[in-house]
Amino acid sequence: MNSQWIAVIVTSVLCYGIKYIGHSIPEIWLAHPRVQRITNLIPIVLLSSLVAMQAFTTKTKFVVDHRLAGITVAIVALTAKLPFPVVVVGAMATSAIVYRLNN
Amino acid sequence: MSVKRDSLSVGLAVGAAGVAFGAVAVADHFSVAQACFLSLVLFSGASQFSLVAVMSAGGSPLSAIITGTFLGGRNGLYGVRMAQILKLKGVKRALAAQITIDESTGVAIAQTNPEDQKTAFWYTGVGVFFFWNLFTLIGALGAKAIGDTSAWGLDVASPAIFCAVLFPRLKERKPLIAGLLAFTWALSITELVPAGVPIISTVFIAAIVGWN
Repeated sequence: MNSQWIAVIVTSVLCYGIKYIGHSIPEIWLAHPRVQRITNLIPIVLLSSLVAMQAFTTKTKFVVDHRLAGITVAIVALTAKLPFPVVVVGAMATSAIVYRLNN
Repeated sequence: MSVKRDSLSVGLAVGAAGVAFGAVAVADHFSVAQACFLSLVLFSGASQFSLVAVMSAGGSPLSAIITGTFLGGRNGLYGVRMAQILKLKGVKRALAAQITIDESTGVAIAQTNPEDQKTAFWYTGVGVFFFWNLFTLIGALGAKAIGDTSAWGLDVASPAIFCAVLFPRLKERKPLIAGLLAFTWALSITELVPAGVPIISTVFIAAIVGWN
C-alpha cells in the first residue's frame, strides 16, 4: 500500500472517530470558558495558515504569483457581500487569466 | 417547507464545490478512487483539501494525517452541540456523526425550534453529502482532461473557499488577531520547517489569544 493510501485511510478513520466522540462526550468537559475560547479559535488559525500555504507557497517556498490576484478578487468580492459561487469562480477566473498572460 | 428547501440549496451550493476537490486531488497526483474515498469516508472539506495539499507540497503522510485530523477537530465540537439537539443512539448516532460538518451544524443552529433544527441538520447534511460526492467524482474524472490546473484557476479554488468560510468569523477582534497572526506565522516559518508544521503549529496562537 502506498503512502497516499495510508494517509487517506488513517485520516478518514480518525476524522470519523472525532465526529463520533463529539456526539458521545459529556458537554460539561468543554464548559470551561477558556477551553471554549481556545477551541473556537483553533479552526480559525488552522484555516488562516492553510490559506497562506496554499496561496503563497510552492513546495514550502514563499512565492508571490498569479494566485495573489485570485485571492485579492476573492477578498474584494467577500467585502462586497457577493454570493459564495461568485467569490470562488471570480478568484479562479482572475488567477487563470493572470497565469495565462504570464505563461 | 422552507427549512427543507433552504437546507437542500445549501447542500447543492456547497456540494458543487466538490468538483474543485476532485480536480485538485487528481491534479496533485491522487487517484480518482482516493479522491472519492476521501469524500465518502472523511467527508470534511478542509481536512480533505489539507491532506492533498500537504502531501503534494512534499509533506510526509504523518504530517498530512496530523494536519487533516486537526482540521477535522472542530467537527467533534459540532458533534457535542448537535448531540444535545438530536438526542440519538446506536446507528442513527453513527450516521449523524458522519454528516456533522460546518454546514449541517450552521443551518441547524440558525433555526429557532428543535423540530426545525433536526430537519435542517439532516437535510443539509445529507444534501451536502450527496452532492459533494457526486461532484467529487465529476471533478476527478474531468481533471484528466484539464491538464495544467493553474491555467483554469484550480490552484486558488481551495484558498478562496477558505477565505469565504473565514470571512464572517473575522468580524470579532480575537478571531481577526488570531487569524492574521497564524497567516503571518505560517509564511514566516515555511522555509525553515517540514510541510504541515506551519499549519499545525498555529494551535499555540489559538491558545495564547484565547487564554484570557
